[in-house]
Amino acid sequence: MEFAELIKTPRVDGVVLHRPFMPTVEGTLCLTGHHLILSSRQDNTEELWLLHANIDSIEKRFVGSLGTIIVKCKDLRVIQLDIPGMEECLNIASSIEALSTLDSVSLMYPFFYRPLFEVIEDGWQLFVPEEAFKDLESMTDEWRLSEVNKDFSVCPSYPSLLTVPKDIDDESLCKAASFRHGGRFPVLSYYHKKNGMVMMRAAQPLTGTNGRRCKEDEKLINATLCAGKRGYIIDTRTIAVAQQAKARGGGFEQEANYAQWRRIHKAIERSNVLQEGLIKLVEACNDQSHSMDRWLSKLEASNWQSNVKEILTTACLAAQCIDREGASVLVHGTEGTDSTLQVTSLAQIILDPACRTIRGFEALIEREWLQAGHPFQQRCAQSAYSNGKPRSEAPVFLLFLDCVWQILRQFPCSFQFNENFLIMLFEHAYASQFGTFLGNSVAERLKLLLSQKTVSLWSWVNRPQELERFLNPLYEPNNLVIWPSVAPQSLLLWEVPLQMHEMPKEHMDCEISMC
Amino acid sequence: MEHIRTPKVEQVKLLDRFSNKSVTGTLHLTATHLIFVESNSTSAQEIWILHHHIASVEKLSLTTSGCPLLIQCRNFRLVHFVIPRERDCHDIYSSLLRLLRPVSYDELYAFSYNPKQNDQQREEGWQLIDLAAEFERMGVPCDQWQLTDVNREYKVCETYPRDLYVPITASKPIIIGSSKFRSKGRFPVLTYFYQEKKAAVCRCSQPLSGFSARCLEDEHMLQAISKANHNSRYIYVMDTRPKLNALANRAAGKGYENEDNYPNIRFQFVGIENIHVMRGSLQKLLEVMGTRSLSMTDYLVGLENSGWLRHIKAIMDAAIFLAKAVTDEGASVLVHCSDGWDRTAQVCALGSLLLDPYYRTIKGFMVLIEKDWISFGHKFADRCDQLDPDPKEVSPIFTQFLECVWQLTEQFPQAFEFSEWFLIQIHEHVHSCQFGNFLGNSQRQREDLQLKERTYSLWAHLLSEKQNYLNPVYSPSFAESHPVLEPSTQAYHFKFWRNMYHQYDRSMHPRQSILKHVLTLKESNRELEGTVQALKTKLQTFGVSTSPLKPQTPPRERSHPPRPQSLILGAPLLSRKEVQQEEDEEVFGEEAREDAPASTGRERTVEGSSATENGYGELKGSFDSKNEPAVVTLEFGVARMTC
Repeated sequence: MEFAELIKTPRVDGVVLHRPFMPTVEGTLCLTGHHLILSSRQDNTEELWLLHANIDSIEKRFVGSLGTIIVKCKDLRVIQLDIPGMEECLNIASSIEALSTLDSVSLMYPFFYRPLFEVIEDGWQLFVPEEAFKDLESMTDEWRLSEVNKDFSVCPSYPSLLTVPKDIDDESLCKAASFRHGGRFPVLSYYHKKNGMVMMRAAQPLTGTNGRRCKEDEKLINATLCAGKRGYIIDTRTIAVAQQAKARGGGFEQEANYAQWRRIHKAIERSNVLQEGLIKLVEACNDQSHSMDRWLSKLEASNWQSNVKEILTTACLAAQCIDREGASVLVHGTEGTDSTLQVTSLAQIILDPACRTIRGFEALIEREWLQAGHPFQQRCAQSAYSNGKPRSEAPVFLLFLDCVWQILRQFPCSFQFNENFLIMLFEHAYASQFGTFLGNSVAERLKLLLSQKTVSLWSWVNRPQELERFLNPLYEPNNLVIWPSVAPQSLLLWEVPLQMHEMPKEHMDCEISMC
Repeated sequence: MEHIRTPKVEQVKLLDRFSNKSVTGTLHLTATHLIFVESNSTSAQEIWILHHHIASVEKLSLTTSGCPLLIQCRNFRLVHFVIPRERDCHDIYSSLLRLLRPVSYDELYAFSYNPKQNDQQREEGWQLIDLAAEFERMGVPCDQWQLTDVNREYKVCETYPRDLYVPITASKPIIIGSSKFRSKGRFPVLTYFYQEKKAAVCRCSQPLSGFSARCLEDEHMLQAISKANHNSRYIYVMDTRPKLNALANRAAGKGYENEDNYPNIRFQFVGIENIHVMRGSLQKLLEVMGTRSLSMTDYLVGLENSGWLRHIKAIMDAAIFLAKAVTDEGASVLVHCSDGWDRTAQVCALGSLLLDPYYRTIKGFMVLIEKDWISFGHKFADRCDQLDPDPKEVSPIFTQFLECVWQLTEQFPQAFEFSEWFLIQIHEHVHSCQFGNFLGNSQRQREDLQLKERTYSLWAHLLSEKQNYLNPVYSPSFAESHPVLEPSTQAYHFKFWRNMYHQYDRSMHPRQSILKHVLTLKESNRELEGTVQALKTKLQTFGVSTSPLKPQTPPRERSHPPRPQSLILGAPLLSRKEVQQEEDEEVFGEEAREDAPASTGRERTVEGSSATENGYGELKGSFDSKNEPAVVTLEFGVARMTC
């Protein structure tokens, strides 16, 4: 398919761009296969380069022959374009609509983007499981790297290499996998050096209504316990939701079969509920009544802050079990690809100082999100402004970043990176010139040949000239566990992604420099 | 002292407000303070509570561990003691009841507080703020405004200051006539002069208009104010009350200006609620915030139902209206409410703060409070419950003003010379009765009490520790580019002020403070520069010429500035005054202990995060001790799980 077929009017002069908190710009609007560009063709004036992939929805309005297109982006920015000429405006609008809803991954910009910088350190090679395992080996010999999933047949959403207890052979792993939703059998997520306790993650066990059990699964997770010790299973769902899951073949670990484990239920919302929350939250922020009561009740109704609190609380709980109770932990929800990852990754930020560095945080995202099979492409296909019917979209990753930001606010000297870094990740998760967040799993990424055909986000971010704006000047490394407060009075609304304030200039700059 | 029956009780438990944590110690009762000293010798935190800060004492019903005593403070501290013997508890309780209800001014702490200054120092302290100089700074007196001596003897208006500024065309008969037509004689006078547009901000109380009464002198008075400003043909009259309240007042022979009788006025209701509504609102807010294991939903619903932020926003909206009228239209504004000492003070002070960058400096803010609150007779004694309280007179009017200023500091972080801890410290002392400034209800009463001879000024004290209250990101050039602040009125810009209402609930604060960190860096930078200078001088004495310093000093050495005394947000850098010092001990006790290894081991510690601290280990039912843990609780409200 040629992009040109979709572009009816490639260029219009005399277009006026309005952005919140910024002066208006008049210039020429150009449409390319992947970008909407507005340039005043003057030096020192900012140009707009907007990826079509970033556009969530558009609205058209007409006053006489002057058309207006309001572009609402997935990163929650809203811009307005005044376009002289009704026909031009309609053409532009329909082109944007078509170009922003292309379904095929291989038509996405990352496959066309060629970096203008020299790739010194290839981000695709930066965080390989073998390296992480080497670190683990230096601390303990209880674990091995299994290739049981090397052709992704045991678990399509897992990577090919997985860290499992040394004493469990691949055959048992296969059996345990058949007992877990999506084949996601328990694997190592984090090893706590201080006391040797571990955090594992999985998907729900397929106990079903008649209480099926699986000896290999029991053996697998028991193998992570020291003699005489017990562990905690943190189920991110309420007991009621977990019960209901039985009817669909899912379920939870029965005490009788997992005698050495104590199960705790938490109440992290399912992803479709989270998406509704984001839509309501953005609506509340756009309320023009300036009424205090309306704002507070809408904010409450969005449940956004409640979700932040619940996710953080669960992560603190997991961390507490490991560090304070000296117990190992298994975390799962239903699929083990959303709330599970929020909890395991946040717990590591609390426990492990390495995760609070830039490299460490990148490694965490690579390990606990990308390789662990969070379906980025499904979750980030649409955002709060989309008119499309929601499929499996959900701000799971945004909520995780929000939680990190909350910890960062409470420990402003403990992180090597700053808020800009989190915002940058949010933006790139939804639309990017880099291939990092494409696909839903390692298997999909391999099939798409992303590492050959696209540039990794890390290749760009880790350049010294880019890193500079992501560094936290107050950072002083400390080796401690950092316990955040989760009292509602301590949690703030993360305003920057919600476009409530003037954006720091950096965000715009990176958009320009990338093109 | 005769009111103290039991000066000391041992084995008293102090319960944490939001967790199950408790510490044991000794309770001491002195003439001025209630003191709790933790018995654990390693941490030994101390809590000093000034009697004046105690709003209520409550004895709860007896439990197996003893008799609980709940003490609620005006600075939003809440302490929960459990005293082993009922008798001791009762003694403390009844002593406190007597001690926290002083019957005469002489019993207030200010009259016994002695910071070891001589008379001259004390006098200098009182001379720091000079309102005549302040009006001069605004450009008054001038060709349109003059000083009147009509109230020199407090004969026209008891609750106004002696020196008042009025339009030159307002003769004495007009002033006196007008004052008779205004509630409590509070006739229209100047409070701020916006020199650039010659526009005046004036204040008064409601007119005694009833349903139809008129007063020619009062009408003349408003006309005189109008005429004093050539830039505008009209003046705004802002009635800061809701219209309904103003209407109701008419039945009592009071009311508001009839636009037909006053030519050239634009009359406007603003809708700020009265002192009773505000008192109730704060009470609801505190109730919600004091809930243990508060859920996010209950927090947000409670915040909304209390109406507190709605009231804060109403005050801010009024001030913004005032500032816009003055700057955009160049019009003068006359502000009143009922008596003109609550809402009027809020709106005039906040409006002036928006208009004039001087009021956003430390000294300027003191001047502003001295002018619009102290001198114009905000009834601090009644509102803050200093003496012989009438519970219906108590209201957090001044607290709301401080909070509005805080909301502005959040929107304009560079615009203020001071940080929120300056505001919180002022709030602390409005209730402490430790300094003379806020005692009494009016200037006249303060003169009768001879406060300047018998007590010390808070302003001198605050200026002496100015260092602690500086805002590190303050930019004087911001004031040049933004002389007038134009805050957003979007509801989401108004936030809950955690550090005010949970000042003493340290578990809710950030564990590391940017403010403190930056201040420490600045301080250590200053010290290093001093060292460089000293070394240069030394070199010169040896006849070695010095070249400009290049970063030859290994940066390693510089990257470890002295560790901040505390990483907790807002702890002033240096020690505060004597009483506060003890409280600091309490707040930073843990830090102090961690200090020693930190300086040698080069390892930074984080509040509440070292291995030995804070009772995370205090989990009910850990695995090794018990087979079936029922509940696991986390400190700091972190998490609560029920299995």
